[in-house]
Amino acid sequence: MVQIQPVSSQFSSDFRLLQGKSEGWLKRFRASAMDIFEEVGLPTARKGNEKWKYTNVAPVARLNFELARNDGSVSLSEIKSSAPWCDSWINIVFVNGIFIDEFSDRGIEGISISNIAENSNLKEPRDQLTKKIGAITDIYDEGFAALNTSFLSDGIVISVESGVESDTPINIIFFNSGVPNQVAHPRVLISASQNSSVSIIENYVGGGADPTLTNSVCEILVGVGATVTHYRLLDESEDSYDVGYGRVRVSEGARFESRSFFKGANIGRYDLNVLIDGDGGSCNLQGLYFTSGSQHMDNFINIDHAKPNGVSNLFYKGILDGRSRAVFGGTVLVRREAQKTDSIQSDKNLILSPHAEIDSKPALFIYADDVKCAHGATAGNIDEDTVFYMRSRGVDLETASRLLIYGFAGEIIETVEIETLREYLQNIFLSSLPSYKFEF
Amino acid sequence: MPDNKNLLEIRDLHASVDETEILKGIDLTVKAGEVHAIMGPNGSGKSTLANVIAGRPGYLVDSGEILYKGSNIVSSEPDVRARSGIFLAFQYPVELPGVRTWQFLKTAVDSIRKERGEQEMGVRDFDRLLEEKRSLVEMDPDLVKRSVNEGFSGGEKKRNEILQLALLDPELAMLDETDSGLDIDALRIVAEGVNNFKGPSKSVLLVTHYQRILDYITPDKVHVLVDGRIVKSGGSELAMELEEKGYDWIRKSLESGVDS
Repeated sequence: MVQIQPVSSQFSSDFRLLQGKSEGWLKRFRASAMDIFEEVGLPTARKGNEKWKYTNVAPVARLNFELARNDGSVSLSEIKSSAPWCDSWINIVFVNGIFIDEFSDRGIEGISISNIAENSNLKEPRDQLTKKIGAITDIYDEGFAALNTSFLSDGIVISVESGVESDTPINIIFFNSGVPNQVAHPRVLISASQNSSVSIIENYVGGGADPTLTNSVCEILVGVGATVTHYRLLDESEDSYDVGYGRVRVSEGARFESRSFFKGANIGRYDLNVLIDGDGGSCNLQGLYFTSGSQHMDNFINIDHAKPNGVSNLFYKGILDGRSRAVFGGTVLVRREAQKTDSIQSDKNLILSPHAEIDSKPALFIYADDVKCAHGATAGNIDEDTVFYMRSRGVDLETASRLLIYGFAGEIIETVEIETLREYLQNIFLSSLPSYKFEF
Repeated sequence: MPDNKNLLEIRDLHASVDETEILKGIDLTVKAGEVHAIMGPNGSGKSTLANVIAGRPGYLVDSGEILYKGSNIVSSEPDVRARSGIFLAFQYPVELPGVRTWQFLKTAVDSIRKERGEQEMGVRDFDRLLEEKRSLVEMDPDLVKRSVNEGFSGGEKKRNEILQLALLDPELAMLDETDSGLDIDALRIVAEGVNNFKGPSKSVLLVTHYQRILDYITPDKVHVLVDGRIVKSGGSELAMELEEKGYDWIRKSLESGVDS
């Protein structure tokens, strides 16, 4: 059993302060989440806890985090220089979890965008859209998600009307100004109605030289025949802790595309669960993590095939350097009803340092009998023949190694369809890759 | 034929792979401007010979010398050999996932230019050169944008080898069974690539199991390798004879001691 972590006194006083100013459904919603959080606590004990087996959150739990505020000291140019940005996108900016109206764009025709605080504050009864907040998240499942919900006070709700196919990316930036010991609980809800299509970029960036915690929850509802393309970038400072919880429900004939990129955090965790909840629903989840120094990144990526004729592809790649550690846990569950499911999963890692470590545990649980599934994990180096082929063309070992390492990363980056974003990712990964020689 | 310089001179070469001796004393001299065909049955060591010359890891020279332009290259790194003008077209070209063909080819061309004291090529100049050579080998232009050899058919991989031969413009081109498994069109393109490459200062070492590519490329010398040794050398007519009589004929003539 998961050990129950006493709620820190700071959490309690912050919670009382938040609730004191509030009333209506949001207050009740938070109160019940706090009850659950007090019951489940943070997953500090790893014994018998498969979900958190390789990631120690004790350093996070020990800190006495204070609810983040925006002190107004962050300029738009600072934000633009630390995250992907294009003026023609719809840009939504949060600083320390708080929506910044003057830095953010409005919705466009067919796409409504509102921050949770303004949309739902005190409004009774709870409207159709805000009712979807928390609808696909089981906070008993995860203490961090329960904690996020206990402190739900701001976030973004994006709703795409039926049939609207938008090619304007919505770029949500959660900027952490790095105030020591602050915790932010960002919240995102995306609801794509029937036959709509939209691209979302969710960025967690910033951070400073002291510990901070960003504890986000993102819920995505992909309606019948709709397509949501979701990009996620975690590029915070070396001292930041970042825990992300993503829940996705894919309806009949709908498609969910996910690209997740990790470049920076002290401890990062991304728990993504995609439920294929309609006949012929599909998802394609790809990710790239580059860990260096003493970073730790834990990807816990799950697909749940509950309906027939689903297709899923799970493909993650890691580059590990220094004394870093990465975890890839992924389970594809094919339920009895999910006949004719076609699923592939794989995790490939390139380990550049003898002190780096990967725990890759992709798993498959198949209860249906007419399915096509494959999975695999590889951890190791590029082989000798590969390098010899390049050297036989006159390319020296160091250049060949650089091309291969970048090529390894590039395979995921190049699937990014938004050009400005792709170039941004190429730059941040390319400039940080170490110089290295593959020797055998 | 004028008395050209020796581009490649191999002296009593013994080489092994995985501690098994494969080459058991090879002597071979290739002059500038010559095309030599190395033929032999499977397992005779002909591919090993090409790979040892290129410096493939795991192919160890136990004794003997490989003189290229007069210097022994036995201990040189493979990329150093390549930059000095040695090229090997692979029997099984390697896939480089994520490494774009364009990027790889430009990097290779620039590496060789740098060695010659030339500047890196501008993107536009390189595109022009690449387009010229690509159309010669009739390679699909889309392949240049893809990862090297990834998802290429067997024929496309071999065309890519010949494209690299044309771009890198080495002095010694070795083709390791490049003709195996090719249809007649691809075979013709490979042969044309080699014929375009030939010149008074260029040499070719053609490793092949079959005579068929020699219908398109006329060798100056043909050597038959059996069990790690060159057992017979001759002109292009030797290839025809082999085609007619098969490798068993060589084996039998060796056994009966009537080798000429």
